[in-house]
Amino acid sequence: MFPLDQLVIGQKAVIESIKTDFLPLKLIEMGCLPGNEISLLYSAPYRDPLYLKIDEAHLAIRKEVAKYIMVKPLMDD
Amino acid sequence: MIKNLNVALIGNPNTGKTSVFNALTGLNQKVGNYPGITVEKKQGSCRLDRVTKAKILDLPGTYSLNASSIDESVVVELLLNKNDPDFPDVAVVVTDVENLKRNLLLFTQIKDLEIPTVLVINMADQMRRKGIKIELEKLEKKLNTNLVLVSTRLNSGVEKLKQILIDYKSISTLPILDPNTIDQDYFENLGKAFPNQSLYKLWMVITQDVNFTRLERQKVPDSTQFKTQPKSYLKKLQQREIIKRYQTINQILKETYSVNREEATDLRSKLDNLFIHKFWGYVIFFLILLIIFQVIFDWSSVPMDFIDSSFAHVSEWTKTLMPSGILTDLISEGVIPGLGGIVIFIPQIAFLFLFISILEETGYMSRVVFLMDRGLRKFGLSGKSVVPLISGTACAIPAVMATRNIEDWKERLITILVVPFTTCSARLPVFMILISLVIPNDRLLGINYQGLTLMGLYLIGFLMALVSASILNRFLKLPNKSYFVVEMPNYKLPLLKNVAITVWEKTRSFVVEAGKIILAISILLWFMASFGPGEKFSNAEQIVTQQYENEAFEGLELENKIASFKLENSYIGILGKTIEPMILPLGYDWKIGIALITSFAAREVFIGALATIYSVEREAEETIKKRMAGETRNDGSRLFNLPTGISLMLFYAFAMQCMSTLAIVKKETNSWKWPSIQLFSMTVIAYLSALIAYQILK
Ligand SMILES: Nc1nc2c(ncn2[C@@H]2O[C@H](COP(=O)(O)OP(=O)(O)OP(=O)(O)O)[C@@H](O)[C@H]2O)c(=O)[nH]1
Ligand SMILES: [Mg+2]
Repeated sequence: MFPLDQLVIGQKAVIESIKTDFLPLKLIEMGCLPGNEISLLYSAPYRDPLYLKIDEAHLAIRKEVAKYIMVKPLMDD
Repeated sequence: MIKNLNVALIGNPNTGKTSVFNALTGLNQKVGNYPGITVEKKQGSCRLDRVTKAKILDLPGTYSLNASSIDESVVVELLLNKNDPDFPDVAVVVTDVENLKRNLLLFTQIKDLEIPTVLVINMADQMRRKGIKIELEKLEKKLNTNLVLVSTRLNSGVEKLKQILIDYKSISTLPILDPNTIDQDYFENLGKAFPNQSLYKLWMVITQDVNFTRLERQKVPDSTQFKTQPKSYLKKLQQREIIKRYQTINQILKETYSVNREEATDLRSKLDNLFIHKFWGYVIFFLILLIIFQVIFDWSSVPMDFIDSSFAHVSEWTKTLMPSGILTDLISEGVIPGLGGIVIFIPQIAFLFLFISILEETGYMSRVVFLMDRGLRKFGLSGKSVVPLISGTACAIPAVMATRNIEDWKERLITILVVPFTTCSARLPVFMILISLVIPNDRLLGINYQGLTLMGLYLIGFLMALVSASILNRFLKLPNKSYFVVEMPNYKLPLLKNVAITVWEKTRSFVVEAGKIILAISILLWFMASFGPGEKFSNAEQIVTQQYENEAFEGLELENKIASFKLENSYIGILGKTIEPMILPLGYDWKIGIALITSFAAREVFIGALATIYSVEREAEETIKKRMAGETRNDGSRLFNLPTGISLMLFYAFAMQCMSTLAIVKKETNSWKWPSIQLFSMTVIAYLSALIAYQILK
């Protein structure tokens, strides 16, 4: 388990836990909840912001916020 | 008897609310503001059948009823306030078939407020391509609602929606989620404290300001009475509510909604690979900007020339038709050119909004936000500041309003404060006439000096915006929350009807707003130039005639002298003379001073003001440009020479000369502090740069 900002581009993972006090509610409303699948699709230069797919939603967040989302990578099969 | 019913369109951003609104109302719509705030309020009417008329309200997009911005709080406030004249008889929740799960979150919240709620699943045309299948009847039953599959693109489903609205009384208002399942203790206590009230409505009222604080909270009745738990606890409960709702929704969708990923063709990733490429992405964005500006200046010139000459004709025509006198002068030389000065910008404004709305409609704008975020953050701005900065080249007013979706208050404030530095179209007439007066129309290596100067002025505006942003970023002590969330929508072909209506609306409101000010100022100016205090003004004819007794002046020349003398001693002349010592070091005389003062209300007045001043002074039938070129200083040299011209251009590039912008900044920041700072510091910057430029060049 590690913070989301360390995910490799193209990698899929599952959200393990979120530090709710540091996340905007909007992000949670968009499906950023433990148990949901998340993948890092692209990043801007310097890996910030990050372009994610969370559950069904495509969205971008900044690296500093991504730190508060802990994920567990899914094994490729 | 015609029945009237209120219909509110609610939904997540980008789900097609406005498209449904346009489909229902056509051009029967009115755009205004909510009282006290600048959130756009779009209302329209639609005849449902012979006896029923619907008043349709297009609300801003919101992800949930837990408001976290002013746009969103408008929706919540309306839904909680039964006494609001717009309180809906029916809520229509517009959803996007591709993001149904997320969209249903809002739907279930609204349904739980016990308002009759219709579910519109929009973008039905996308289902086949994306491999989506929905069991409509089952879904309708599970959600206990009336459901319509709509495609505004194919114009399907709209008639069925109308039928459902007519029969709105039969829509179920049963809630979906029992609040007690969120937190038994909390809601039991709440129920005891306020028996006979809907628990969920109470909960909504209590949590109004957990994520967003507005000053006008008292609008929602009873909201201040109970403060039972700290905010952090309430926020936890809100999260639990969301999780509960998603559980319910997932359960329902599992049985009714399926996506076959195989069938989905992936346009998104193909285009994203290109548009947000770490190198090509920026190149493409730069090229798009280049094309936009090229087109705005190139394509607009034809209609602009046409408008210019038409207004000149009208002006001539009024002169010949009306009895000559100062009132005719006011109309033909002040009001008409003044109005012409706005109308001439319609083509440019319309083109700019055309491009902006296409970029937004296609989904490309979010990619630009993504690309630019990090770079702009260095200056204290956000990726989302791109839209305001681009819109600012048309007009600062919509630009300031476009900052609303920047979550972080510090970034938003900085954007609002620096946006008026971008060269708006009201500066153009001033720049154009000054450039044509002082910059030679020659070419160097095929590049036109005049065009180059104009481009330079645009660049200077942007640079100044960035420089002041980083200064503000340094010195503004505000918490920086970095709550930056941007949805990356699917790429779409723009809907022509939407684009056309946006362009029409924005352009119209620009003309009306600016037009009012111009008209008011030209009339005020005329009064102040036509009347004056004391002996000198009322006895002008005697004084001047005596003064030139010994010189053989012909009638006309003497009249001019009298008019000049009168102007100098009129109210406006006295005002100009008073500030002359201050502006002399910038290379201006008192007449430019008058234009400068009047421009503080709206900069585009500059030319109209000079036209009025010069025509009050003289009778000769010349164009304003010729008159300006003919103005001389005491030593006989040209007034509008290179140093004065450059100094004026810099002054107009940096000064905050727009009442409407100040008013909108006041509204958006909720205090006079920020517009005052803006007015003061921009004026100082303008003055100093004009001073330095003139002193170096003269
Ligand atoms: N394919 C397809 N696209 C649609 C349909 N309806 C709307 N759109 C597109 O969806 C996008 C958003 O439409 P809008 O009507 O502006 O959405 P909105 O909900 O008013 O958006 P906000 O006001 O920003 O919250 C536009 O690009 C439309 O062209 C539809 O039925 N099918
Ligand atoms: Mg809309």
